[in-house]
Amino acid sequence: MTRYRWATPWLFLAPVLALFGVFKFWPTIWGIYLSFFEVRPYRGNRWVGWDNFTTAFHDPVLRSAVGHTLLDAVVTVAASALLGFGLALLLEGPARHLRILRTAAFLPVVTAMVAVAELWNTLLYPGSFGTVNTLLGHLGLGAQPFLSSPHSSLASVMLVQVWKSAPYDMVIFVAGLAGIDRQLYEAAAIDGAGAWHRLRHVTLPALRPVTTIVLTLGIIRGLRVFTEIYVLTGGGPAGSTETIVTYTYKEGIQNNTLGLASAVSTVLFLVTVLLTCLTLWWRRRKEA
Amino acid sequence: MSAPTTALGLRMPDRAAWRIVVRVLLYALVLFVFFMPLWTMAATVFSGGQPKSGQMSLLPRHFTLSNLTTAFRFGVGRGLLNSVVVTGVGLFLQVTVSAFAAYALARKKFRGQALVLLAILSTMMMPEEVIAIPLYLVLGKVPDPLGGSSLLDSYSGLILPVVGWALPIYVLTGFMKTIPVELEEAARMDGAGDLRIFFQIILPLCRAALGTCAVFGFLMIWDQYLLPLLVAQSPHMYTMTLVVTSLSSSQEQTEGVRLAASLMLMVPSVLVYLGLQRLFERGMLNGSLKG
Repeated sequence: MTRYRWATPWLFLAPVLALFGVFKFWPTIWGIYLSFFEVRPYRGNRWVGWDNFTTAFHDPVLRSAVGHTLLDAVVTVAASALLGFGLALLLEGPARHLRILRTAAFLPVVTAMVAVAELWNTLLYPGSFGTVNTLLGHLGLGAQPFLSSPHSSLASVMLVQVWKSAPYDMVIFVAGLAGIDRQLYEAAAIDGAGAWHRLRHVTLPALRPVTTIVLTLGIIRGLRVFTEIYVLTGGGPAGSTETIVTYTYKEGIQNNTLGLASAVSTVLFLVTVLLTCLTLWWRRRKEA
Repeated sequence: MSAPTTALGLRMPDRAAWRIVVRVLLYALVLFVFFMPLWTMAATVFSGGQPKSGQMSLLPRHFTLSNLTTAFRFGVGRGLLNSVVVTGVGLFLQVTVSAFAAYALARKKFRGQALVLLAILSTMMMPEEVIAIPLYLVLGKVPDPLGGSSLLDSYSGLILPVVGWALPIYVLTGFMKTIPVELEEAARMDGAGDLRIFFQIILPLCRAALGTCAVFGFLMIWDQYLLPLLVAQSPHMYTMTLVVTSLSSSQEQTEGVRLAASLMLMVPSVLVYLGLQRLFERGMLNGSLKG
């Protein structure tokens, strides 16, 4: 019995390690490997060195997709955090009506992204009797094309993303606000600090650690945005909402240029790893 | 001090009353922005008559179930069934294997432990979106344990890739570390083996953490879109998310029918959230910041 004690933890870990091995590590490594090949089903892969990377780098579609992705990630994360913070200031507190309001406002977060995209596709219908356009009409504003015009499509997608993620940030901030020592507010009030000064010098500094982590991890996650884009616009119109992952999906699965798609995915993976490590390293340094 | 008078001779409202009015107006605005769209969706689903495309209802007009029944005729029933099977089986397996792994990581000391933990956490940087292309090829190569030649277009292909997830392992490992070692040692004195200790002592004490993991696992699997997009090829394998998008790309369906499918996709998650809100919020604040 005791001779095999060393094996016990490995038996408990075996299912997870096997699953990760097959569905995470194997694809990751294979993807890096395929980046250097022209993938030709049934005829064998052909080694092409860095060609896939240079082709991708020179593709104007991918270049604009990278731009859209960065813009989308930074803007939606920042806007969600700002709006979430405002919501938290408004709805923070133990009172019953505040809890109910928070719960109602949180429903977009738990709703599947596909359903959210489908709903907003209808709400943002470009015709003048589209729901949002009807509202704009009541306010005396003209009908907007929203998702159907290359000039407003990316902004419209961001609007939907912020709608879904701001209440999430709200809950994080509500918890952060609840954790602030009330005596600090009282002390500040006694010193004659007004609402704005209390916010500026007590609330914001106390929330800073939470906020930086939410923002950086949110942006890293934003780099792989796919579902909402693919369902709302499919990357269009005229490529105006193409992002890195919709680009790799189209190249890889629809056009069957697997090597090129793998090369782009590999770069995205390496950037993700680099940024995550930097974030963790930076946080550890702050804490030490 | 009396309140100042405006140019029109109206008295400015008292400061406290004014604040309450502003607050209530802001509450209404929050509900309008974040809740109203979902309400409108439900109202449109239960409204009769042929609306123009893009037209929605604020209140159900000519109440009808016909949008729902039409949606069910076009695959929503099958989609719900598939999603329930995939989510049910996937969630059970996910929580089980995560608890096993967490037990080893939290309660055992062995060579390579730090490396295993690092490997598990590093999978968070390998989501489907980043490995979609090679994952698709892997799914085509691995035989289906239930008998098929590959995982493509199979339930195993929809389920197995989501079973391994770092988040519940991380949450459960943290939780199990807080359970006093004395309980385990006493049982070991009585001759209990690892499996018995795991099932009879550790698992029952983890109930709260297991519940949190179940809520998150449910939403994670239920909302899957890219994986079914890669795996499911014939319509009878479509999960609910794929049914919703395929209905919306067919031009014949009215807004009511399309939104009926979205509503059916949304209702189970909302019910789970409302029912288990406490577990959900606690989990969000403890572990999922890393997610």
